[in-house]
Amino acid sequence: MTDPIQPETEPPGRPVTGAGATATGAPPAAAPTPASPLAVEARGIVKAFPGVLANDRVDFDLRPGEVHALLGENGAGKSTLMNILAGLYRPDAGQLLVDGRPVTFDSPRDAISAGLGMVHQHFTLVPSQTVTENILLGLDRPRFLLHERRSEAEVAALAERFGMIVDPRVRVWQLSVGQQQRVEILKMLYRGARILILDEPTAVLAPQEADELFATLRSMTAAGRSVVFISHKLGEVLAIADRVTVMRRGRVTAAGLPTAGATKADLARLMVGRSVLESLDRPPSVPGEVVLTIHGVSATNDRGLPALRGVDLEVRAGEIVGIAAVAGNGQSELAEVVTGLRSCTGDIRVGGTPVANRSTATVLRQGVAHVPEDRTEVGSAPNLSLTDNLIMKRYRDAPVARGWLVDDDAARTFADDLRETYRIAAPSVETEVRLLSGGNLQRAILAREIETKPGLLVAVQPTRGLDVGAIESVHRLLIDLRSKGAAIVLISEELDEILALADRVEVMYEGRFVGSFPAAEAEIGRIGLLMTGGSDDEQAVVVGADDPEAWPAATDGDPG
Amino acid sequence: MTIRLEPRLTTPRWLSPALTLAAVAVALIISGAIIALVGGDPIASYIHIVGSSFGSIGVLSDTLVKATPLILTGLACALAFRMRLWNIGAEGQFLMGAWGASAVVLAPLVPAGTPGIVLIPLMMVAGMAAGGLWGLIPGILKARLAVNEIIVTLMLNYIALAWIQFWVFGPWSQGGFQQSKPFPREAWLPKLSDFAGSVPAFGGLTVHLGLLFGVVAAGLVWLFLERSRFGYEIRLIGDSPRAARYAGIDIGRRLVVVFAISGALAGLAGMAEVNGSVHYLQDHISPGYGFTAIIVAYLAKFRPGRVVVAAILFGALILAGREIQPSGVPAMIQGIILFTLIVSDVLVRYRVRIERGSRASGWPTSPASPVVPAAPPSKAAGS
Repeated sequence: MTDPIQPETEPPGRPVTGAGATATGAPPAAAPTPASPLAVEARGIVKAFPGVLANDRVDFDLRPGEVHALLGENGAGKSTLMNILAGLYRPDAGQLLVDGRPVTFDSPRDAISAGLGMVHQHFTLVPSQTVTENILLGLDRPRFLLHERRSEAEVAALAERFGMIVDPRVRVWQLSVGQQQRVEILKMLYRGARILILDEPTAVLAPQEADELFATLRSMTAAGRSVVFISHKLGEVLAIADRVTVMRRGRVTAAGLPTAGATKADLARLMVGRSVLESLDRPPSVPGEVVLTIHGVSATNDRGLPALRGVDLEVRAGEIVGIAAVAGNGQSELAEVVTGLRSCTGDIRVGGTPVANRSTATVLRQGVAHVPEDRTEVGSAPNLSLTDNLIMKRYRDAPVARGWLVDDDAARTFADDLRETYRIAAPSVETEVRLLSGGNLQRAILAREIETKPGLLVAVQPTRGLDVGAIESVHRLLIDLRSKGAAIVLISEELDEILALADRVEVMYEGRFVGSFPAAEAEIGRIGLLMTGGSDDEQAVVVGADDPEAWPAATDGDPG
Repeated sequence: MTIRLEPRLTTPRWLSPALTLAAVAVALIISGAIIALVGGDPIASYIHIVGSSFGSIGVLSDTLVKATPLILTGLACALAFRMRLWNIGAEGQFLMGAWGASAVVLAPLVPAGTPGIVLIPLMMVAGMAAGGLWGLIPGILKARLAVNEIIVTLMLNYIALAWIQFWVFGPWSQGGFQQSKPFPREAWLPKLSDFAGSVPAFGGLTVHLGLLFGVVAAGLVWLFLERSRFGYEIRLIGDSPRAARYAGIDIGRRLVVVFAISGALAGLAGMAEVNGSVHYLQDHISPGYGFTAIIVAYLAKFRPGRVVVAAILFGALILAGREIQPSGVPAMIQGIILFTLIVSDVLVRYRVRIERGSRASGWPTSPASPVVPAAPPSKAAGS
């Protein structure tokens, strides 16, 4: 079943000579380049960004003709690793081998000429140009004159070979997201990519489009090409991948596990794992009045697709409700509708006052504080001083405001106090906040929000990308705020964080709450399963497993 | 050898002003080279430019007269630019301001013989209102319909010019000439030479009250931008609109107000120009003050105080245009200054790193895979 070498493995760079080659008549491929059966091998890859070790001695290998899933939460280091393979980043240490030969990539161009092409989550297409023009863009050939008809025919033939339906003459803006993704894939194939890296390709797709994508991927692997499939959806991984590598916090927790025989529960455990978070002294929660009531709230995301589908939630004073969800399941939109940044249908009340669809300023006046997901663009103004950033929620009120003026001295005193109290390490309050470390910036944002003495705090990914010390200080601030009687909604993809802080865990999947656990009964395996689309009582039901051909990918090699 | 631009993590305080000065210096060197190329003597030209704009108290006064509309339009641009509103319509707002002020005496909206103490404030208000209205149009369009303000403000410049032409060729034309009749004496802004009787040294000095408008406006804009709550909001919106929205600021409303104030400042410039030095309305009242204002605002890094200095510098260049033949030279210098300024802006944010030694090879060890896949099998051959 999981024979590592697919029957149709072929020398690199050569496309199959027609899908019509009879399944049995495939030449008994003389073991290609005996030294290395691997299409790609990464050894000991290390990549650090300021404050984060994104890849910590990561090993990864990809066999010809397989779909290899790379599974992990946001920030686990999957994309970093793949960006290294695609030539966007250079590793700090480690070695890359393609077809057994060591390579170094200075740019995506180098990677593509070695046969590695990546399709990013955000497409890089020119909307006003046709499919063919987009595919030809940036190529050395044709040099001067476009032979449009010929190129169109090539694109059409290539698309057809892998079962993709795209009209090469249509302008890209007229295409659906799924079709645009096909153009991206075609772009890579046209450039001779034998190894395709797809970064969360299904995140933007409707279920049916995802099925079509899977069919395409299968016909590609059947033709000896290999696919790396980045995802955090377990069902998909089990449905499409031959093997899976799981990453967590920059490290590989399972390397090249065959998906045959793996269960969702296993993968969920590997993915969310358990790490050693400093245990916090946490006084028992004393829930008081209901502060936040959400009833029947629905909203769409930035692309106009439903993100929240009739959500109900109650949060009381003095409790932390943790919302566990994988990115893109509606939790960001939930935070935005509560804080007045996104419109919605349904009813939201804070302390009894309706706040749904009210201006952000109105919501602020109801005592709602917000630690936004994007701390550098939403939570702070990067080129303004620490003072300017700290008074963001205070400049309307005395003493920082004096009539229609801002009292500079009062503002500076206020900022200095906060810098002192919350130990924000900055040379001075005049420092531009883009120069602060992530931890200090987050402390500054929390300081500002906590100083508004909020009745409700909505904290989204408050510790993403922070080091352990900073994480702990953020956690302490949240617990202190709870002890002061604030209601807190904590949205995080870090299950550890939610389990460490929350008094109640609500699991969200595809815009709905799918499970609720008091802290004492919260169990990581079950939550992980619910987060990733499994249902509570089944253990290993595979989405898409009703289609027996779905998995594993290449059984006989002939897509027919 | 490769040259790379790397983002700067820290920007020393001196760097930005130093680069601004360096940009002007480089621009002068480039312009000098061009002057030399066409057979001129750059040193002599520059000395002549300086002499003809700062050389005596008389020409200094003329320079300040030219600087006056630039200060006000420069402030208009700087204010909008602070919020990343690209108002390049100061020219049109200037013209509308001039028209609005003129309407008071030409329509006329007040009886003849109205004393200056009433007439001048009235014309100021009318000029600012007309300019502000011209600014309000792109403001509302952007706030309501997200229409690009650059296009709208640019186009409105031409509409404003055509509007003025309509009035000076038509209803307000004096005897068929493309200009209005002169304003009554009461409408003229007082100038220094008016006081030559009591202070003989003021004799012949053309500096008028408009300069005071400019300086006071610079002070007010400074107070507004640097000290007021509204100014704080503008800074916040300018740096990160999403952060501003998160802080509960209604960006659309701020945008309309800023555009209106910006237009009113440019309108006041137009009023000061017709009332202070032209004294009648015609379609050639501006040699492009509203466009030069963009460079002035840029050179001043959008700081009101520095706008005054930069405006005087450019006032001198405009004045020198009368002295230098061909008169395009100062315009060329202006253009080159803008160019070098924009380049220097990149250097404020990035440092240049020059790496010696070539990269191993652009195309590392890779199987000789063709960029374009071998032509896909034709259907005919396959079947």
